[in-house]
Amino acid sequence: MHTKTIAELAAGLRAKEYTSVELTQHFLNRIKNLDSQYNSFVSITEEIALAQAKEADERLAKGDANPLCGIPIAHKDIFCTNGVRTACGSKMLDNFIPPYDATVVENLRAAGAVMLGKVNMDEFAMGSSNETSFYGPVKNPWDTDCVPGGSSGGSAAAVAGLLAPGATATDTGGSIRQPASHCGLTGIKPTYGRVSRWGMIAFASSLDQAGVLTRSAEDAAIMLSAMASYDDKDSTCINQPTEDYTATLGNSLDGLRIGVPKEYFGEGLRPEIAEHVRTALKWYEGQGATLVDIELPHTHLSVPAYYVIAPAECSANLSRFDGVRYGHRCDDPKDLNDLYKRTRAEGFGDEVKRRILVGTYALSAGYYDAYYRKAMKVRRLIKQDFDQAFEKVDVIMGPTTTAPAFKFGAKGNDPVAMYLEDIYTIATNLAGLPGLSIPCGLVDEKPVGLQVIGKAFDEGKLLNVAHQYQLATDFHQLTAPGIK
Amino acid sequence: MERSDILKLAELARIEITDATVDEVAARLTDVLALVDQLQAADTDSIRPMAHPLDAVQTLRADTITESNQREAFQEIAPATENGLYLVPKVIE
Repeated sequence: MHTKTIAELAAGLRAKEYTSVELTQHFLNRIKNLDSQYNSFVSITEEIALAQAKEADERLAKGDANPLCGIPIAHKDIFCTNGVRTACGSKMLDNFIPPYDATVVENLRAAGAVMLGKVNMDEFAMGSSNETSFYGPVKNPWDTDCVPGGSSGGSAAAVAGLLAPGATATDTGGSIRQPASHCGLTGIKPTYGRVSRWGMIAFASSLDQAGVLTRSAEDAAIMLSAMASYDDKDSTCINQPTEDYTATLGNSLDGLRIGVPKEYFGEGLRPEIAEHVRTALKWYEGQGATLVDIELPHTHLSVPAYYVIAPAECSANLSRFDGVRYGHRCDDPKDLNDLYKRTRAEGFGDEVKRRILVGTYALSAGYYDAYYRKAMKVRRLIKQDFDQAFEKVDVIMGPTTTAPAFKFGAKGNDPVAMYLEDIYTIATNLAGLPGLSIPCGLVDEKPVGLQVIGKAFDEGKLLNVAHQYQLATDFHQLTAPGIK
Repeated sequence: MERSDILKLAELARIEITDATVDEVAARLTDVLALVDQLQAADTDSIRPMAHPLDAVQTLRADTITESNQREAFQEIAPATENGLYLVPKVIE
């Protein structure tokens, strides 16, 4: 059962090959027996899962048509779950049990999905390797000496290890697409505002967006169709009708205009990845698509702009963790200031502290214009690059990462080297556009991804373009060696 | 960045930084600032800052009560409360 996609499992449930309770128990057993290799789950919610599965079986018996009904999934531990600890990879929230569900959790539950548990992540989603989690690093199922990527590394390892057929994830600068690339999965970050951020623990509010990690574009379409909604509890959610993304998966690629940005094939990219991406582009050409050379001339400024804007927003968002209302609190504070300072020193890890300090600096008197305001202007330049490109093309394609997954500790104590991991993904977040990564080959026996970037609210087009590729190729069906 | 800069930032951010780690923090922050200083080379004279990627405006709602009182549920997870109040160290002498 665990080798099947969500679409296949949905058919199996309806053909009565197994019940949702049996399916759920099967995945729970796999998690319990196998996850010690990956460290992807931080909580297993067995009782909730079996109760939800039983309910789903009743719905299925009455003919429920939602393809997610009865399908077990994992939630990134950034989404608040009523009565279930939500720690966001941090000691600060190690004891935090939310009194409510995130909208994403609520929407998936309404569709009939079953929650297997919560999965590991970089602390407060700040990282590209999952090495910053308070709960220890997650290992890549393709090579357990290597990182799974981050910050949604737990989501990626759980799906790549066949411990869950799909998982929720979030992406602020590449945190869905980069792990998708490193673990051989399909991952989509929707347009900013497409999915509600309510109940999703905030890192950088103008960039954060929830999405999914799955083993096919069809599965991503199924999950995203259920997750996306307008939500008046998130004032940045865009009020636009939701779509059934599975309805357009079969559209023809004839006449598709694909932009190929020269900046995404420059120095630093492993030639084998460039080769795999070019092979995929050639395949699209064969389907009637046209390749158009484009320029995104401010790409090199996207990482610097991001590392002002994201830390600035993080320093404001994380000021709420003060040891007063919930979360960690230091022992025996001698006064209020001591309470704040020691609580935050003890509760946050090094990378989170570093970003809070950078953000505090960028927003402080005398530096605001030089850093924050400047970065917001550069953000517009980056957005304008995309606007101009999308006058000529329908989608943009390139690599997701410069190299396959790296070994633990490879970026050592060098935050800047880690930041450059997201060099091809960050601009999409700054421009608020949807982006997707699908596997397109192996390098050093590890998967690498093809990135597809679309116009705002063109998730349906991205999933269509990815699905057509997956009908003709089998890279998305490869599993890590040793996984049975 | 100097030690004194770091200590000032730490105070503003309300994060205690021990003497033993100040130099390490300073070195790492200096690296990050060197990265972001690449922004200074960009010509942005006629460019307006962009706060929202889709240039959306803040949505508003009617000023009516939509939430029920859940004080007990919220305070159940608080580190210290008494009679419905959150407890902090004494602020006024």
